[in-house]
Amino acid sequence: MLSAIDLPNLAMAAPEIWLALGSMALLMVGVFSGRNATTLVTGLSLALLVIAGISVYQIEDNGYALQSAFIMDPFARFMKILALIGSALTIAMSINYMRREQFEKFEYPILVLLSTTGMMLMISSASMLTLYLGLELQSLALYVCAAINRDSTKASEAGLKYFVLGALSSGMLLYGITLVYGYTGHTTFVGIAEALSGSDRSVGLIFGLAFILAGIAFKISAVPFHMWTPDVYEGAPTPITAFFAAAPKVAAMALMVRVTMGAFEPVTHDWQQIIVFISIASMMLGAFAAIGQTNIKRLMAYSSIGHMGYALVGLAAGTQAGINGVIMYMTIYMVMTLGTFALIIGMRKKDGMVEDIDDLKGLATRHPMLAVLMTLLMFSLAGIPPLAGFFAKYFVFVAAIEANLFALAVIGVLSSVVGAYYYIRIIKMIWFDETANTEKYVPMATELKLVLGVSVLFISLFYIFAGPVFDRTSAAAASFF
Amino acid sequence: MTAIFFYLFATITVASAFMVISARNPVHAVLFLILAFVNSAGLFMLNGAEFLALLLIVVYVGAVAVLFLFVVMMLDVDFVELREGFLQYLPVGALVGFIVMAELLMVLGTWVFAPGAIGGIAAEPIPNMADVSNIEAIGNILYTKYIFFFQVAGLILLVAMIGAIVLTLHHRPNVRRQNINDQIARNPETAIEIKKVESGKGV
Repeated sequence: MLSAIDLPNLAMAAPEIWLALGSMALLMVGVFSGRNATTLVTGLSLALLVIAGISVYQIEDNGYALQSAFIMDPFARFMKILALIGSALTIAMSINYMRREQFEKFEYPILVLLSTTGMMLMISSASMLTLYLGLELQSLALYVCAAINRDSTKASEAGLKYFVLGALSSGMLLYGITLVYGYTGHTTFVGIAEALSGSDRSVGLIFGLAFILAGIAFKISAVPFHMWTPDVYEGAPTPITAFFAAAPKVAAMALMVRVTMGAFEPVTHDWQQIIVFISIASMMLGAFAAIGQTNIKRLMAYSSIGHMGYALVGLAAGTQAGINGVIMYMTIYMVMTLGTFALIIGMRKKDGMVEDIDDLKGLATRHPMLAVLMTLLMFSLAGIPPLAGFFAKYFVFVAAIEANLFALAVIGVLSSVVGAYYYIRIIKMIWFDETANTEKYVPMATELKLVLGVSVLFISLFYIFAGPVFDRTSAAAASFF
Repeated sequence: MTAIFFYLFATITVASAFMVISARNPVHAVLFLILAFVNSAGLFMLNGAEFLALLLIVVYVGAVAVLFLFVVMMLDVDFVELREGFLQYLPVGALVGFIVMAELLMVLGTWVFAPGAIGGIAAEPIPNMADVSNIEAIGNILYTKYIFFFQVAGLILLVAMIGAIVLTLHHRPNVRRQNINDQIARNPETAIEIKKVESGKGV
């Protein structure tokens, strides 16, 4: 029976194996190294993520592995590198925060590593089982991270809320998977696509498709499955919020693309309607609901809901240009979000973190440098040329127009105009509002400065990087066609 | 013979399930729950799914139901008050259940299963039950073909374990903890202090 295992194919899952074994080894290191456990484990976790990234690059073969439950292609390679970068930067960004808030726990970087393992599986999934197990591995670690500061009631509430709603969405996802398995007899994406192209599709199958998309839409916090996002973002410790907003979104979006373009490719027309609806709803809600927010983390939550809507515009197009747009959008979104959160984590006064948007008033006189960086980030999030955020939106809208989805593109442009209001309002507060508030922030930690600097450099000089990035994203998008 | 046992198990399952929601004493409710589990295990056994039957007993009766009992006994919740008038919702609940069932039947009636989707082209052919036992059949594919999923499921359980420890283990300062080394290392010289007390003056 041993011959049934395709041992040579294990090489394709090398990054996941590195991460899984490494995180188990780090657990041991953490338990036995005593006082300095957190620093040591954090450093080693970063090294492990780098090793995983290198091993992603070293896999040159494309194709299926592990009983065609696992796929490696240019798309997987690109998205995995992106997820690894996101996780590594968030671990780095939390070092100083954890120390100052006094809840250093060596389990935190390990949970991030395990969650990243789940994301890699999601990105590479070629079977409903891999999809589900990857998603659960990723989310379970996230629930724990949300509640990891157990002295804070808000964080506990966030963790509980996230857990209960996440369990509900997993239930929906599983229900959809069982229906699809029942009506096609397959769990692999290839098998499902084959079964779908042959026979007439039944109502039960469409039910299954809708449930699966609902389950994944929850993970990317697209409307109408977004309810948890503002509360969880606000309650969780800020570096962990940054983590939620970056890498898991990339992985879940990759999963969405895999399921729609892989398993359900023959029934494009059916899922296109669903994607168009959640895309429009997310863009509108992201634009309108963010206006009244006073807490910067809640604002970022609504902003990320909106951004997911824009990214889905590209997927709704369903063309190669559209998928290219999605990948490009997620790349730029991740860089912008991490930069913004690096700045938010840096908003710390002597007696603790500041999260009120009002506190940014007069930032220009207190911290001219931070004010300039924040302005660039906000302009980019709003999509003002020549910053990166503009190019992200440009690619998805052009793809939508090419696919004759004019209504979607028009609504998208209009809601990004509405969305620009609250981003630019922050800029107005920073530069033009008078305030008696003169207390300065404590100096930023080096790692935050580094992330912020790289992020702003990327978004403001994007027209230089655009060429090489575009080559890679279009190679990644080509793996579906 | 099978029919007799089927009706026996089925009747007791439904009856004890009803008792679970209607019993006044929460401990009785949990005991009836165990009875329901055991009888559904019997139903599985009748269908030749002996592995599921044993799993139900080991996991649900052995672990989950006992956990329920612990929770019921440890938490000082006034269940009687909580459940007061609980059964008065029964007619509405039954109505909702009936409507849902009718809808499901209507929808299921119109659904068309793909030809050959059931049994025919399923991912894995079902082995002949006369040749292998349930456990052997499951083991044969779980540890070979599905080893990857098995390992990932193991990772998920590892995360659950880490999570439970991270969220509950809390080293509070000023709490005296047992230190067995210290206890064993004590001897009369370190543990007992002899004082001379002058009579009539107190300590």
